[in-house]
Amino acid sequence: MPRIVVDVMLKPEILDPQGKAIAGALPRLGFTSFEAVRQGKRFELSVDGEVTEEILAQAREAAETLLSNPVIEDVVNVEVVED
Amino acid sequence: MSTELPLIGDYSAPTNELSGARVGVVTFPGTLDDRDAARAVRASGAEAVSLWHADTDLQDVDAVVIPGGFSYGDYLRAGAISRFAPMMAKIADAANSDAKLPVLGICNGFQILTESHLLPGSMIKNDHLKFICRDQLLRVENNQTAWTNGFEAGQEITIVLKNQDGQYVADEKTLDELEAENRIAFSYVGWNPNGSRRSIAGVSNKAGNVVGLMPHPEHAIEVGFGPDARGTDGLTFFTSVLTHLVGGKK
Repeated sequence: MPRIVVDVMLKPEILDPQGKAIAGALPRLGFTSFEAVRQGKRFELSVDGEVTEEILAQAREAAETLLSNPVIEDVVNVEVVED
Repeated sequence: MSTELPLIGDYSAPTNELSGARVGVVTFPGTLDDRDAARAVRASGAEAVSLWHADTDLQDVDAVVIPGGFSYGDYLRAGAISRFAPMMAKIADAANSDAKLPVLGICNGFQILTESHLLPGSMIKNDHLKFICRDQLLRVENNQTAWTNGFEAGQEITIVLKNQDGQYVADEKTLDELEAENRIAFSYVGWNPNGSRRSIAGVSNKAGNVVGLMPHPEHAIEVGFGPDARGTDGLTFFTSVLTHLVGGKK
């Protein structure tokens, strides 16, 4: 069953407190190469059958209206993944 | 009318202008503070009307409170799913109509109002990532709204703050507009408890009928149960809207 993957990130100008906390924890585990962490969300929308242009357009609209809040977040990726 | 409270006023006499004032309180799955909000409405002298998120009948209410809690478990984003409830569509229409239905969003209710775009900005996790619960000092920045007209401009009040996602954010342009249009309703005094931009605790829409804030006025209405065991500053929110409904007379 093909899936449409939607990735959402906080806008670059919005501070990400969770990412900051993760960045603080990494060096404690010996991971010292990472300057910063930003945490996002990944959604997988499963489709029964072929992903048509219309279905993809619906996914894009859902990404902008429900899956993300345009005030604080950007939809950074919408792509079809075949299994 | 129950005798549970020392009422601010008894408006039940039919000759009173406020006789029959009805304030709706919306319940979503996961709402926690609807009963306290209804109690605050009754304490102010009005009738509290329960509104269910999945219904579409506003039941002729004169104002609406969207109370706090964790509607839909804060899944996706706080308020993001509730925003699409049938009742919210009715409330948004009524708030934007000529009738300008007064709407107060408290905590999760504020988050629902920003997700609905009835109020600008949004809330993200507290900058320190901890849930916070404390008596919170606020300054009333705008006492010209439907829900704040009983306060003095600049008055400092103490009500309860309790949340995880309370950091108010908006872009600089929006923040400048809010300041220029006097739409910052409340700001945090002293320590900024969650990293909110410009210490904003609550904002209003342009018309002043829609107000949202993170702290909880409904928990500060009754002597013995509010901040410092004596604080009743929250009651003024609920009496303000009644003043507004009778045309601003005090």
